[in-house]
Amino acid sequence: MAQIQIPSPLRQYSGKHASVEIPAKTVGEALTGLVALHPELKRHLYTDEGKLRAFVNVYVNDEDMRYLQKEATAVKDGDTISIVPSIAGGAPDSANFRRAVI
Amino acid sequence: MATISDVKPADVKPEAVLSNDEILRYSRHLIMPEVGMEGQQKLKAAKVLCIGAGGLGSPLALYLTAAGVGTLGIVDFDVVDYTNLQRQIIHTTADVGRKKLDSAAEKLMAINPFLNLRPFDMKLTSTNALELFREFDIVADGTDNFPTRYLVNDACVLTGKPNVYGSIFRFEGQASVFATEDGPCYRCLYPEPPPPGLVPSCAEGGVLGILPGLVGVIQATETIKLILGQGDSLAGRLLLVDALGMKFRELKLRKNPDCPICGTHRTINALIDYDQFCGIRGQEEPAGNDVPSISVEELKKKLDAKADVFILDVREPHEYQICNLKGYLIPVGDLPKRVNELDSSREIVAHCKMGGRSAKAVNFLRRAGFTKVYNLTGGILAWADRVDPKMPKY
Repeated sequence: MAQIQIPSPLRQYSGKHASVEIPAKTVGEALTGLVALHPELKRHLYTDEGKLRAFVNVYVNDEDMRYLQKEATAVKDGDTISIVPSIAGGAPDSANFRRAVI
Repeated sequence: MATISDVKPADVKPEAVLSNDEILRYSRHLIMPEVGMEGQQKLKAAKVLCIGAGGLGSPLALYLTAAGVGTLGIVDFDVVDYTNLQRQIIHTTADVGRKKLDSAAEKLMAINPFLNLRPFDMKLTSTNALELFREFDIVADGTDNFPTRYLVNDACVLTGKPNVYGSIFRFEGQASVFATEDGPCYRCLYPEPPPPGLVPSCAEGGVLGILPGLVGVIQATETIKLILGQGDSLAGRLLLVDALGMKFRELKLRKNPDCPICGTHRTINALIDYDQFCGIRGQEEPAGNDVPSISVEELKKKLDAKADVFILDVREPHEYQICNLKGYLIPVGDLPKRVNELDSSREIVAHCKMGGRSAKAVNFLRRAGFTKVYNLTGGILAWADRVDPKMPKY
């Protein structure tokens, strides 16, 4: 069982949950399980081509999965997977409401 | 390249010599071996550029000034707004309407007249950033948008200046130190920005007032540590702050060998168009102009004439408590699940706070086959402005 930490910008798509437990042996399995449980998360985490979006990083405990085995990184009981998106606070984007993803 | 911490006592520049007044002022620093006379002189000789005098910039500038940083540059072109006062603690009620730079300068000089304050009343751009950064030793990023963050990062890497980074969202923050010689840069962590609209701003998402205080002081701390050459800097670590849980976590950051700007095969050698990079194309029309809309005056006329208009409020329940048009509440995020509660044969006017979320809702409903649905331009704020001045604004 891996625990996936959902960052606050994405909690509105995970039923407001801050963390979700998914049975999985690898990071890839855990993320697939996560978007199966909360389908609205999918387009925020993945592009149309099914690749993880570049402004989202995934950590297993405190290591970036890009520097481990990426989606094939093994996860064991007690591991924490963190989704860490970029944030910038502040100013409204002028093009905010054109590329709405609902 | 010598780092700031390599300055030896014999190298102390004349302008970093401390007067008796300064020695008394900084006595609580001087009596600690981690600072001492040598450290305080390093602070005085240091030149820090603070981008932004808002949420993060306020505590940053205040504490760096109090600590005795000799030269502080501040870049901000904005004006103090009433809604800033909840968190931008360098500004007061009397400063509303004033340039943030003027307001900040007044408070900083009052705290520490020894400060050499260099104000820059301008927007940081690709044409001015490199020249500006070359005049400083460290850049502290207190900005509020993605294009400027990438601009600051790239300019720091290209000029060889450390980038003390902090960012916030609602009640969570991040802090790190980028662009040190051996450490990662912002692009190593986030090669690309999110598309506009995916991550709400403070105006839309809200922010706990104390949060930029927490993160801004962490940035000030990291800046001072870099100058002193003391402690373990956050370079190579991403500090995640969760204010609600009061939890601090650390993630490892690595320099990405394929990073286009700080990697082994650099492909970015000049500053680019960051608005384009972040998907923002020039001056956009105000939110909602390309969806069928209705003005607040038109809605008022219809309601007064007892027309059959269904008002759909797509805000959150806690916003409805502040003020409402007695609309039917379906928060925009719940709309896909609850669309069957709406009657497509009726004329529907969707509204939110300012017109943005309701524009999304109207687009969604039109794609779902609703033909008589309109966006209330300007939202309930426009209603409070022009139709019902007794309605509270938030």
